[in-house]
Amino acid sequence: MQKSLLIDPDKCTSCLQCEMACSFEHEGAFNPAKSRIKIFEFEHGRRAIPYTCTQCAEAWCLHACPVEALVRNQATGAVEVKEDVCVGCKVCTIACPFGTINYNQSTGKVAKCDLCGGDPQCAAACPTGAITYVDSDWTGYERMKQWAVKTDNRPQA
Amino acid sequence: MNYVILGAGPAGVIAAETLRRTDPNGSVTIVGDEREAPYSRMAIPYLLADNIKPAGTHLRHGAGHYDKLGITLRPGRAARIDGAAKSVTLEDGGKISFDKLLIATGSRPTRPPIPGIDLAGIESCWTLKDAAAIAARAKPGGRVVLMGAGFIGCIILEALHARKVDLTVVEMADRMVARMMDKTGGDMIGRWCERQGVKVMTSTRVTAIEKSKNGLRLALDGGRHLEADLVVCATGVAPNVRFLEASGVKTEFGVLVDHHLASSVANVYAAGDVAQGPEMITGKTEVHAIQPTASEHGRIAALNMAGQPTHYRGSLSMNVLNTLGLVSSSFGQWQGVPGGTMVEKADPDHSRYLRLCFRDDVVVGALALGLTQHVGVLRGLVQTGIRLGPWKQRLMGDPNLVMHAYLDRTKGLA
Repeated sequence: MQKSLLIDPDKCTSCLQCEMACSFEHEGAFNPAKSRIKIFEFEHGRRAIPYTCTQCAEAWCLHACPVEALVRNQATGAVEVKEDVCVGCKVCTIACPFGTINYNQSTGKVAKCDLCGGDPQCAAACPTGAITYVDSDWTGYERMKQWAVKTDNRPQA
Repeated sequence: MNYVILGAGPAGVIAAETLRRTDPNGSVTIVGDEREAPYSRMAIPYLLADNIKPAGTHLRHGAGHYDKLGITLRPGRAARIDGAAKSVTLEDGGKISFDKLLIATGSRPTRPPIPGIDLAGIESCWTLKDAAAIAARAKPGGRVVLMGAGFIGCIILEALHARKVDLTVVEMADRMVARMMDKTGGDMIGRWCERQGVKVMTSTRVTAIEKSKNGLRLALDGGRHLEADLVVCATGVAPNVRFLEASGVKTEFGVLVDHHLASSVANVYAAGDVAQGPEMITGKTEVHAIQPTASEHGRIAALNMAGQPTHYRGSLSMNVLNTLGLVSSSFGQWQGVPGGTMVEKADPDHSRYLRLCFRDDVVVGALALGLTQHVGVLRGLVQTGIRLGPWKQRLMGDPNLVMHAYLDRTKGLA
């Protein structure tokens, strides 16, 4: 059974532990600016939404890449950036209609959530259960699919 | 079913792979006129900047990728097609018959009709061969004049700067990247480049080029002159449609295609830079010579060719550019639409700029400078036509809240 990140904004206190864990895992430094998951605050912090890639089936980023630098990890279902192949053209960053693959100016490559290879550190670090890593059947996947259909530019089956 | 694809760029290759998946028993042939394995022109600037090796430009990296899929790569260039006889005649005299044909011949660089434009030492930057010629001549300290500061010119600019040449950019329009940036954004990019030692001459035309004692001499309007060791010409591209003249395939700027990527001739389709297809917002036909359109066109054309009727919503113009470290992007109808509204916020001291264009409370276009995080949401907003409701008014006050508007209206459901 493939697993997905389940995000429940109602439980988020915007403590930023997820951003810390993500940046430490991927960049080796506690630097929320480099995190692949981002907390957006509303109403002066009274409400917050954690936001990252859902590894969507459409994979706009993957299809837009001119040099095959984005590949689906068959084990985790995550779309991963092959850093040695990415040339830094950034086309994926404008092709992804969710804005969840971003250019990192210090590396000259793009970066996105890779589910930490199957052990997502954001979920491990979240103290309130706002971010959990669960079987895909449980992730409100249908809701997400409904949303994805709205953005889909591709054939409907 | 016998599928023939003219052109080995992204549209052609993605079409071939989609055909193979959709019709496992069909015969799939790609006709390409360059000697290298199918590659991406988008990667050329990174090759020119010595960031990657030539193989790093290849569209696919798996050994024997095309063989494994049973896709035949046939060297050659189409001279003409005959839709009634379902055959393609190649320039080498060869003939190929087809059941379904995809025209994915891309575009070619154009040059302005001025005296001396074809002299030695003037290069386009379009193919791997061009890149090698430029790399051989663009030496540190060498005087290089770049004609054209459009999108392609600006991408090459980055690579030339990395080669430490003495660089001058000459652009006819009143600003840089005029087709993807308004005056505010284009001027900010121009000033950014000047601060990094590039000479930028906008509203300037090259009127003639002649050989001089040690290089080339360019005459500019207004009586000025420039000396150069190398001239790189990036003044525009045009679809490769000339071979279709007697074919009955209707063309304007590119090959006219409908919402199924079908041309005016039965069994003949077109995709990518060569195709003039429906635009997503206005519904008018346009050539969008960009990678995402090539990829979508290629996939959808192939599904239709393989007998899976598939409707294409239309292409969306979008570009992202890095000029010497300043990242800019444009989406959709950034010039605005009739009866629409727009908001702009510029911070020239930090080279940041954001423009949003609306129809009612829907974003139809956007420009951004200095924005790299979550920039794709601008596409999402344009493409989904999400109604912004009360956020429209808030964005009119501060467009930088656009990510918050998006998340609140979608409840974070990416």
